[in-house]
Amino acid sequence: MLGAVVLLAITLLFLDFTGILHHWLGWLAKIQLLPAILALNLAVIVALVLITLLFGRVYCSVICPLGIFQDMVSWLSGLRNKRRARLRFTSSKEVKWLRYGVWVLFVAALVAGVSAFVSLLAPYSAYGRIVTNLFQPVYRWVNNLFALLSERAGSYAFYEKSVWLKSLPTFIVTAVTFVLLIVLAWKNGRTYCNTVCPVGTTLSFFSRFAMFRPVIDADKCKNCKLCERGCKASCIDISSHSIDYSRCVDCFNCLEECKFDALHYKFAWGRKKAQTIPAEEAADPGRRAFMTAGAMLAGSLALKAQEKKVDGGFAFIEDKKEPERSTVLVPFGAGSVKRFYDHCTACGLCISQCPNRVLRPSDKLENLMEPYMSFEAGYCRPECTVCSQVCPAGAILPITPEEKTQIHIGIATVDYDLCVVNTDGVSCGNCARHCPAGAIRMVPKEPDNPESLRIPSVDKEACIGCGACENLCPARPYSAIHVDGREVHTDNR
Amino acid sequence: MDRRQFIKTTVAGAGALAASSAATPLKAAEPAGDDKDLRVIQRTNAKNGDKVSLLGFGCMRWPMKKGDDGRDHIDQEIVNSLVDYAWNHGVNYYDTSPAYLQGQSEAALGEAISRYPRDSYYLATKLSNFGDASEKASLKMYRDSFVNLRTDYIDYYLLHSIGGGGYPMYKKRYEDNHMTEFLLKEREAGRIRNLGFSFHGPHDAFDEFMKLHDKYHWDFVQIEMNYLDWRHAKEPRNTNAEYLYEELEKRGIPMVIMEPLLGGRLAKMAEGPASKLQERDPSRSIASWAFRFVGSYPGVLCALSGMTNMEVLKENVQTFGDFKPLTEEEIEFLMEIAILLDSYPTVPCNDCKYCMPCPYGIDIPGIFLHYNEMVNTGQIATSREQKDYQKLRRRYLISYDRAVESLRQADHCIHCGTCISHCPQSIQIPRELQRVGDYVEKLRSGEL
Repeated sequence: MLGAVVLLAITLLFLDFTGILHHWLGWLAKIQLLPAILALNLAVIVALVLITLLFGRVYCSVICPLGIFQDMVSWLSGLRNKRRARLRFTSSKEVKWLRYGVWVLFVAALVAGVSAFVSLLAPYSAYGRIVTNLFQPVYRWVNNLFALLSERAGSYAFYEKSVWLKSLPTFIVTAVTFVLLIVLAWKNGRTYCNTVCPVGTTLSFFSRFAMFRPVIDADKCKNCKLCERGCKASCIDISSHSIDYSRCVDCFNCLEECKFDALHYKFAWGRKKAQTIPAEEAADPGRRAFMTAGAMLAGSLALKAQEKKVDGGFAFIEDKKEPERSTVLVPFGAGSVKRFYDHCTACGLCISQCPNRVLRPSDKLENLMEPYMSFEAGYCRPECTVCSQVCPAGAILPITPEEKTQIHIGIATVDYDLCVVNTDGVSCGNCARHCPAGAIRMVPKEPDNPESLRIPSVDKEACIGCGACENLCPARPYSAIHVDGREVHTDNR
Repeated sequence: MDRRQFIKTTVAGAGALAASSAATPLKAAEPAGDDKDLRVIQRTNAKNGDKVSLLGFGCMRWPMKKGDDGRDHIDQEIVNSLVDYAWNHGVNYYDTSPAYLQGQSEAALGEAISRYPRDSYYLATKLSNFGDASEKASLKMYRDSFVNLRTDYIDYYLLHSIGGGGYPMYKKRYEDNHMTEFLLKEREAGRIRNLGFSFHGPHDAFDEFMKLHDKYHWDFVQIEMNYLDWRHAKEPRNTNAEYLYEELEKRGIPMVIMEPLLGGRLAKMAEGPASKLQERDPSRSIASWAFRFVGSYPGVLCALSGMTNMEVLKENVQTFGDFKPLTEEEIEFLMEIAILLDSYPTVPCNDCKYCMPCPYGIDIPGIFLHYNEMVNTGQIATSREQKDYQKLRRRYLISYDRAVESLRQADHCIHCGTCISHCPQSIQIPRELQRVGDYVEKLRSGEL
């Protein structure tokens, strides 16, 4: 029950676009293990380790959204044909080579900064992406339906939110993750958590020494195997009356199944831990598919270029295209590009919360699924600091709107060949009019003719890189002014 | 006959007409359908004896719908039924232009009206050579009108919207290409029965065209007249209707009135002036005051109304069928309303769409209409400390996004100025867009 509430809360944390829920539920993202580690949030790390040492992997049952999500799928599967389906699990051996192999690779990737691999496997990140990429569109479509009705009724209760495909590769990876997890959970319960999940493995180092744990009373046990068949972690072995505490997620289903009062959750520190026998099972087929998902990534949607034309009284507005940036743009509060990607877990919370359609998941292999900024659909508005407030991993440190004006994340550059002053021979200056930093000056196109049309000139020292100029530039598909990121953000605070 | 005299006589006439309805003072509130025998009143063109209905049908605001090709098309079915109703109730003056409704208005009118005998209605159209003013293009535009309207003569032909840009612009559009010369000959030949012009612009330009009257003998002139523009036209780029009226009246030139309702701004207005009008006469619609105002002047031959739907048409037929001119005192009352209206920070946009399409895709009238609506309904925030600030902010931003697609909003205006010369109201469009854009930006950033 608690798990279901937490899952709902975290899901809503990602879905909510009003900014209200974060105030109440934001801590749920900050107590996730990997974000806490990346944020060097020692209090959370120590607390989680202590909880695991005390009670076992309760984290996996009530804190980890991906774990709870799998429990829900497993529970639904159990409803099909109640008793038989509920007791569909079989005991299995620990698949050590896979489990620890993945863990070693994961830690190595984490240290080496191969973030795509880290974020692919991290459970909180995976769940965040599922919500952002799969649930959010549905949530917003439903919202937009209400918005439409609301508009018809002249009410302001609901308003439309745009739904857009932020990154095709990320969407594909997420969809594959989603389907695989459902299949695994539907059939075998917590397979992912006990063979792949690096967070689960990390916690298992502590949970095997847990003070409180479910213990089988061999004297009372009638070897009916109800507990074994009801264990979604497949960690009970009735033949030896042992439980593999490295895999047990403390769901307590076994306690409920036992008809003979032979199972108890109790203080059992120092007792001999479960015997495990080396595994000889083949690699999980799901995992292979999972790992190769990254290789399937292909280019993004090519937008058909169209000419400026009149339609229904409106000039046609061509979609903007993303410019080539010499350095990637990462949010205000990230400090530097390296620091940002070192800490990011690719959970996508910032992406789901960005109200200006600026943040989206990267398609680049080295930062796959991790956020970056671009200004085709909006710009980083001066009053907004949402991403910095929600980031649980410390990749974007909290800033205030006042501080935001003192941070420089990028530099705008003008491409005079694209500027409408030159191409259309009209006066413009929209970039200068909307620059919140006053970094753009309009100067005569012909230096010796002060009456000539004016073209923009950027004061690079003053430019903060918010992208207002790029977004509001009338040149299409490529803006005549674009922002390149700064490797290290200048911070004049 | 001066206005005072005229009012006296028409009141007497209208009084007799209205005698039958005296028992039912709430005539206007009656359900539509009981007006089968109602006919809008007529004025006689002193120059040629034309019996013209005081209510004319302006064909600039017909309903559009999305076609299969994704473009907007006139909803011909509705146009036909509107024309049927109008014709059956005595509306016999139909005013169109090759420029209206993306060039579709003329043909739609031609299709609808040609189902009636040609001598039962008057057609007005224009030489709308705003873009290409060459002789060739202008001649083509003129000849196309005959084809579109399915006729071999045009009753009232206008040089479309002269005045903006002054005499030089007029000269470019109508003298240099010999079009005036040509049109005068067409008048002689009878293919144009009345030749005139429509005017938007400054004082001195109008004086120039009045001087031309001695040479060309304009048969009629179309002016923008209503109780707001009477004394509150945006001078100096526009001219008060009072001046225009008197100049034309002095010369005995019949007037056709455009924008009697200011594109609806005199039908849907802020609560302050609206409630004053309603308190004065609860049974009359707010719009009827504006129509009665223009109809109360004897020099007015016909007042045009761009009627988009049947409800509006029926209401107008009521107003002009059972026409009651305003008293001197009522006119003074409207002059006070005008002062009040003029004090609101609305943008004087009448949604004529002459500015469209903006080459950069801005929905200019959409932005202004939404802003005006918010001003008129008292939904503009003035400070963060205001009691309803959060509500007003939310309402403005949500309804703005609903009314205008974000890429077509004011912050995308680049101030190229292409639109300025197209605006008959001489609105400084980029400046006004920036005013709206700045307000929105302040709401968004929470600065206001």
